[in-house]
Amino acid sequence: MLALQILIDGFAISALYGLGAVGFTLLFGVSGVLNLAHGGIMVIAALIGWQAAGGLGLGTWLGSAVGVLAALVASYATYFVVVRPIQRSRAIPREETEIFVLTGTLLWGIMIQVGMAYFYSDNPVTMRPLIDGVTNIAGVRTPTNEILIAVISWVAIGLLWLLVNRTRAGKALLAASINPRGLVLLGFELDRIYLMVWTIYGVLAGIAGVLLASFLGVGTSNIGNLTASAFSIVVMGGLGSVSGSLVAAYVVGYLETFTAYEIAPTLRPIPALILLVLVVYLRPQGLLGRR
Amino acid sequence: MSKQGWLRPTLFAGAAAFAFATAAQAEEPIRIGVIGEESAVAGASLTRAAAMAADDINAHGGVAGRKIELFTYDDHSSAADAVRAFQRAVSQDHVVAVVATYISEVALALEPWSARLHIPFITTGAASNEISRQVHEHYDRFKYTFHGWLTSAFIAQSICDAEHDLLVEPFRMKTAVIMSEDAAWTTPLDVRYEECLPKAGLQVLDHIRFNPDTTDFAPIFRQIEAKKPDVIITGISHVGVQPTVQWRDQQVPIPMAGQSSQATTSTFWKDTNGAANGVITASAAAPGVAITPLTIPFSEAYQKRFGDSPSYSGYTTYDAIHVLADAVKRAGSTDADKLVAAMEQTDMVGTVGRWQFYGRNDQFTHAIKYGPGLITGVTLQWQDGKQVTLWPAGAANGKVKFPSFIHLPAASN
Repeated sequence: MLALQILIDGFAISALYGLGAVGFTLLFGVSGVLNLAHGGIMVIAALIGWQAAGGLGLGTWLGSAVGVLAALVASYATYFVVVRPIQRSRAIPREETEIFVLTGTLLWGIMIQVGMAYFYSDNPVTMRPLIDGVTNIAGVRTPTNEILIAVISWVAIGLLWLLVNRTRAGKALLAASINPRGLVLLGFELDRIYLMVWTIYGVLAGIAGVLLASFLGVGTSNIGNLTASAFSIVVMGGLGSVSGSLVAAYVVGYLETFTAYEIAPTLRPIPALILLVLVVYLRPQGLLGRR
Repeated sequence: MSKQGWLRPTLFAGAAAFAFATAAQAEEPIRIGVIGEESAVAGASLTRAAAMAADDINAHGGVAGRKIELFTYDDHSSAADAVRAFQRAVSQDHVVAVVATYISEVALALEPWSARLHIPFITTGAASNEISRQVHEHYDRFKYTFHGWLTSAFIAQSICDAEHDLLVEPFRMKTAVIMSEDAAWTTPLDVRYEECLPKAGLQVLDHIRFNPDTTDFAPIFRQIEAKKPDVIITGISHVGVQPTVQWRDQQVPIPMAGQSSQATTSTFWKDTNGAANGVITASAAAPGVAITPLTIPFSEAYQKRFGDSPSYSGYTTYDAIHVLADAVKRAGSTDADKLVAAMEQTDMVGTVGRWQFYGRNDQFTHAIKYGPGLITGVTLQWQDGKQVTLWPAGAANGKVKFPSFIHLPAASN
């Protein structure tokens, strides 16, 4: 019974972690950007979605769509206002660009956190469940919404896989993550590739943010944790590897759930962090990393 | 000029200057520092209520002709920022007293500064017993600190008293599990819970303290459910929305009662999309309940000005500013020691009850006195979008009602 509870509770949270991490690692793999404003973009989706659903009376489904749109806008803002100007700047030496981008996104993330807290307070918000009620899975009472969230997460990940592996644009994306120079030689415009990856990132982060609000509730005070958690999952899975981050997300999700059930709820984040240290020490390229 | 010629004009000028300076002194405003947490619901109520209190006092002529001037700071829920704000308020803004914070950790960080700088300081939302314990044990050093809300010990006691009347007798509840966030204010709260709940008729089956950064409460609720208690007694303030929403979504069949600070504010229903339905919590006051003749006028004026009803810290802060003004009037000065002596003699009817402070020889020196006729707080329950007051019996305007997914003990009717 307990094992089944852990299995079910762990599955949904891992799927959500996975969705957030996949966008994060794709962004790094293709454009080399470690977006430390990741948590901020997720929470923008959650807060705007919550307001659209409740305050503006659009209802849960339409409100969620508005939330995802908000994350897309935030993602573009991050690219055009913060990242691209730094990447194109002539005043910054080429080998230092990545550090400046990292710092830029970090500061941008803080601006998002403080700005959103000003408008919405730091209290977490929740989206109404997309489906109400509970389902009994072999004796374990599970909110039906939780099952739906896991399904939606996997559908999103599945669509991403289709996009990357079966469409021309997606294959160009994959190629850009392996050898950008070769791609340019073949006549592809890197700018359009980058625009596409930031679009995909914005949509994924938006869906993750809105689903998180529906499942657990989220607020500006969670932003730091969300970024840190995505970062550690992605490092564990291998920076740039989408399948690696999915595996790592499940490892972390189940490790946390197991800890919360069997050891103590207070110690929940610790084993995942210990694992992160071990991975960085013993296998720094991550489980399935390429670089 | 001859010798006699300059003496008299000089003396006259000197006397005029002195008279002018004294007159200017009499018009000088009473400066009070206010430090709140603007991003948090309870912290924002604090600063807004202080502004309202100052405006009300000034509209009635101030204190013996002197206006109250507030210097407001946001400490971002950080003790370090609060200490900096405190220092600045004293050294640059020259405040004569500080009203601050609903977070015990912050209040405990400010207390030694109140002692070092000899500035009367009153916290209007924090609860830890430590705040008054330090005043009791090192009176001469910490006497400038006052605790303007019930200590955790009395919050727990009022909850035990309330749940005995509301749950044990009518619903024949026998067992409870304590669920609190791991924070400074809940340590003494839980100690008192463990003592008084059995005396109230609820055997404590388990005691869970969770990390205040917890976002996933499913393991905690499942762990509680496995013990099969009749009620969950909470001690939560830093969290509120997430555990409440998840309690409803997972349809945990056990009612939640105790202290849930966020549930005391009117926005909680919206924030939780109605998951608050059935949650029972202790609070300073509740809408529509006249604890004193001042309670309802204050909450209505606050609602009109700010759009939401005040959080518990709003009531206490509004009263605290009046306590300070009253003390300045009685002391006839803003000198720190005289102000402290005057505050110790406080006997004032505020919005939450009758304010008196415990004395040097009482256990909780400088905390507000708890008891019928003084201050007890109320217990309320969210029912269909409204906060219904259940306890004390004299203030009650409704009966306990639980959502349909709650399983009550079989022997109840």
